[in-house]
Amino acid sequence: MGMISNITEGFSPSRRAVLAGGGAGGLILAFSLAGKGAAADTPAALNAYVQIAPDGVITIVSKNPEIGQGIKTSLPMLIAEELDVDWANVRTVQADNDPQAYGRQFAGGSMATPLHWDQLRQVGAAGRAMLLAAAAADWSVEASSLTTEPGVVVHAASGRRATYGSLAAKAAGLTAPELSSVALKDASAYRIIGQPTPQVDTAAIVTGQPLFGIDMRLPGMLYAAYAKAPVFGAKVAGADLAAAQGVKGVRKAFVVEGGTELDGLLPGVAVVADSWWAANKGRQALNVQWADHPTASQSTQGYAGQARSLVAAKGGKALRSDGDVEAALAASAKTVEADYFYPFLSHATLEPQNCTAHFHDGKMEIWAPTQLPEPGRQLVAKTLGIAPENVIVHMTRCGGGFGRRLMNDYMVEAAWIAREAGAPVKLVWTREDDMQHDFYRPAGFHHFRGGIDASGHVTAWANHFVTFGEGEATARSAGMAPTEFPARFIDNYQLDVSMMPLGVPTGPLRAPGSNAIAFVVQSFIDELAHAGGIDPVEMRLRLLGDRGLMGEDGRSGYDAARMAAVVRLAAEKSGWGETLPARRGKGIAFHYSHLGYFAEVAEVSVADDGAVSVHKVWVAADVGRQIINPLGALNQIEGSVIDGISEMFGEITIKDGQVEQANFDTFPLLRIDAAPVIETHFIKSDNPPTGLGEPALPPIVPAVTNAIFAATGKRVRSLPLNASELAAG
Amino acid sequence: MAYELNVNGKAMTADVDADTPLLWVLRDTLGLVGTKFGCGIAQCGACTVHADGAPIRACVTPVEAIGAAQITTIEGASALEVGARVQQAWSELDVAQCGYCQPGQIMSATALLAENPTPSDADIDAAMAGNICRCATYVRIRAAIKRAAGQVA
Repeated sequence: MGMISNITEGFSPSRRAVLAGGGAGGLILAFSLAGKGAAADTPAALNAYVQIAPDGVITIVSKNPEIGQGIKTSLPMLIAEELDVDWANVRTVQADNDPQAYGRQFAGGSMATPLHWDQLRQVGAAGRAMLLAAAAADWSVEASSLTTEPGVVVHAASGRRATYGSLAAKAAGLTAPELSSVALKDASAYRIIGQPTPQVDTAAIVTGQPLFGIDMRLPGMLYAAYAKAPVFGAKVAGADLAAAQGVKGVRKAFVVEGGTELDGLLPGVAVVADSWWAANKGRQALNVQWADHPTASQSTQGYAGQARSLVAAKGGKALRSDGDVEAALAASAKTVEADYFYPFLSHATLEPQNCTAHFHDGKMEIWAPTQLPEPGRQLVAKTLGIAPENVIVHMTRCGGGFGRRLMNDYMVEAAWIAREAGAPVKLVWTREDDMQHDFYRPAGFHHFRGGIDASGHVTAWANHFVTFGEGEATARSAGMAPTEFPARFIDNYQLDVSMMPLGVPTGPLRAPGSNAIAFVVQSFIDELAHAGGIDPVEMRLRLLGDRGLMGEDGRSGYDAARMAAVVRLAAEKSGWGETLPARRGKGIAFHYSHLGYFAEVAEVSVADDGAVSVHKVWVAADVGRQIINPLGALNQIEGSVIDGISEMFGEITIKDGQVEQANFDTFPLLRIDAAPVIETHFIKSDNPPTGLGEPALPPIVPAVTNAIFAATGKRVRSLPLNASELAAG
Repeated sequence: MAYELNVNGKAMTADVDADTPLLWVLRDTLGLVGTKFGCGIAQCGACTVHADGAPIRACVTPVEAIGAAQITTIEGASALEVGARVQQAWSELDVAQCGYCQPGQIMSATALLAENPTPSDADIDAAMAGNICRCATYVRIRAAIKRAAGQVA
């Protein structure tokens, strides 16, 4: 073992911090440090996160999965800052799944920064306090008379100095202070937070070292391929196992009965071989017959037809009714009515789903690229009938996440196959498996009606949202919050929802909900602006008004002043209002999600054949008073913007209950030749720092479609973009 | 059958079927996992390696087609003068997000700069359009290539 250095170079603190509390990642560390101090010549653990070696090398644990959001760098930066050490002396290691030590470990919702901003700085400060206490005891002085320089405790009065390395063993034997009691630095004293800091794995990435789940290698490891039904959840009716077993290198081929839950172990046929290529060839020889399945009649066309009927029937359950929309529409000077659609999308992480599992000594040991390890462990335990304490999950670096790896279907498959194979097994999906067995961004249909008065103010807003679900249960990530903008900003506001049954699994895709809602809402605002002859920026500022915080601070709240500020900044930086050549235009949009306020302007041109080029994007962002790692922050924003543009060019369609696309030839991702120039500006408002993995994505989609309208006079109400509808003439 | 391969300047032997793609020989047989699997149909470029200095997609190149060609993978890139420069630029600008595509990006960029030391924006787009970055780090990929070429950025 030991093939993946950052996973297996073990950090096993001899004394674990004990977690109490919980809730939404609530991290209350009650250090349990009773017992012996470390020997003077070995690294000493101050708590579950920090270990200090005699030579001064600091090892800091990163608790959450790394999916490309830079968390393995940014969370240890918080600890290192308050511990007061030199970043060059810090080594970071990836935590295993260990909720007792680290609380909730996940990559999702852009939540790591808001959840850990205070807590992990306190963890670092508590470690520093223990080092101060150790020096105070050694020198018989008050701890309050001591200060630190990076890695050194200093007693200014006597000129004495002691390195952290020399104090760590003693400090590790002391009682840790209450986290809430430790003092934190003033931001003006930061040496690490706020510095552009390369990712800790950069050297390994650029030299191709093993890092990712798919890079895992174990002695005696076999390779697996797993065939599942194209219609989600269909059972195996028959398979030519002998043909697969006849392929050179194949060790075993077997049917997995599986269950009916779409996010669990689904029925299929596994092929285990000496190499992945052999396993995949065996799989191609299987000639599996799949049983009939009730969802095989579903299709994208069918959903569209149902949605039209539901809109026409004016049914729907009211999620919010403010004022009297019908009366306000009747009294409006102008009304606008429009139908919007957005398609299913695939996550398409570039590293296909994979997992390595080894059942040994009654324990299932797993190495997985996962965004949500603990539910994966529970799923494996439940499905295989193993006690959860006998399932161990090691987290590998993820070759992209985007929400796909919040589901652990591939983990339970690998575990099942490995136990059946009686050897360590690495399961690797093909790209086709990955694209046809995703948890898709749900498609959605919106029927809008809006009214404006004679002076161009919005007086009524009605949205009939047709989505997926059954009974009271909305399909995963297919809902819409009743607080979603412009709710609360328009007196007469109506949101109705209708649902259709769906046999296709759905799930969160980067900025779930928002990645679609922003498109329809910000496009329809543009429609109302143009209907009323109001400039799109002016219309948005009117809607936001001079309001401050709407609702409670948090995800359901909305600080209109913060949003208005980024709208103004984006407009100003983009030179909004300047004249552009024919078939070239600018569009603006804003969106609040994941506690981040974003406004974006896109400049596009539309060729005569309808091909859309996005030339430049201006981003104005307010994610609070402190950017932890500016180098990572800009990368996340630029990536989100281009990711959003990419989402406008592809779609997943369903026919006969199956996904029609299979690879990047039919589900295109944006390439370098279509990537715009991006200019980002931050407003450092006096609010706690929040996350950047997602909130820059939603506004770019309507910024581009609004720019297309400015360039062509054609309103994009359906995605993906259709060049023939945008062609000149 | 056993194939004699020259990979990163070393003679290596792989006893595999003739149709096995070079990608899987590198990853599973030779243990060089820096070269990545992304699509299997030469659409994403994650598996890009050099054959006698030219970029090829290892996922669609059967081992029997390699012959005497000198194969260079990401693990051997720093031994190339241009490759080391490209890796340096990638590190200085911290191009990567998840990092999964970057070995392929670096191999494509190295081949570009070896052939064309001062590429224009259009040259960069043309040479790099075969490499998908799902995290969309294209802004920095462009900048890093210019930096490695000794141009501004």
